Amino acid sequence: MTALRQQSGQTNGNRNVVRNPFDQLFQNFFASPLLESSSWTLGQRAFPPLNLWEENDFLYVEAEVPGLKMDQLEIFVKDGELTLHGKRGDAQQREYHRRERGQGAFQRVVKLPFEIDPEKVEATLVDGVLNIKLPKAEAAKPRKIEVKCS
Amino acid sequence: MTTETNAPVAEETRQGPVYTPHVDIYEVEDELVLQADMPGVTGSEIDIRFEDGMLTVHGPVKPRHGEKTRFLAREYGVGDFRRTFKVTEMVDASRITAEYTAGVLTLHLPKVEAAKPRKISVNVN
Repeated sequence: MTALRQQSGQTNGNRNVVRNPFDQLFQNFFASPLLESSSWTLGQRAFPPLNLWEENDFLYVEAEVPGLKMDQLEIFVKDGELTLHGKRGDAQQREYHRRERGQGAFQRVVKLPFEIDPEKVEATLVDGVLNIKLPKAEAAKPRKIEVKCS
Repeated sequence: MTTETNAPVAEETRQGPVYTPHVDIYEVEDELVLQADMPGVTGSEIDIRFEDGMLTVHGPVKPRHGEKTRFLAREYGVGDFRRTFKVTEMVDASRITAEYTAGVLTLHLPKVEAAKPRKISVNVN
């Protein structure tokens, strides 16, 4: 559960910290051996949080990256891993009353559960939601095996 | 300044879970700026209400996966965002403005004009 814990609101300095005792609402979420923990966390939650699912010979990786534009994100597929990194925030000094949104450089690595075709990876970014669509390589697609009956 | 009411991270409603967005609040010379991470919200449906000194933002989020989606990993849930803030009298609530860009809602809360210094005359009998 290293990459996935109950988030707690966090503020700068010694200001009051919001704690949310609602762990049970997170029981439907789960960490996965496919995900490495990130280089920085938002509260106790890895940033950006990822959802992965498989559908119709595609692997989908979705990330919540509010405030980021596509040119601030880099996506690599290499050696059976998908790497997402970028940087958020303008590092301006400001007089904060509350500060919960994380800033800085981040990196997430996803171990791909099957071989994908790197030439056909598509990524879209809409309203702070990044969706990466990775097609299964031909070799990884399920094949129907004919059974010969004699 | 602007303080919030205690709100859970996710509360169940009939429509599904509602999440509390992470926010930054900072102060500049003539206003407070509130930024809330609300990815996946339908911008035109964001509802912002000010009532009895309380500012509530609600951002509806359309489901992005089918109910039968089998996740290989799941680190967040998808649902509406809602959070309520207590706004002090230093904010001119009638002039609050909002914009939504790249999944971030930004609220501008202008300060009221500071009371001008007044000279108090003393009656001398």
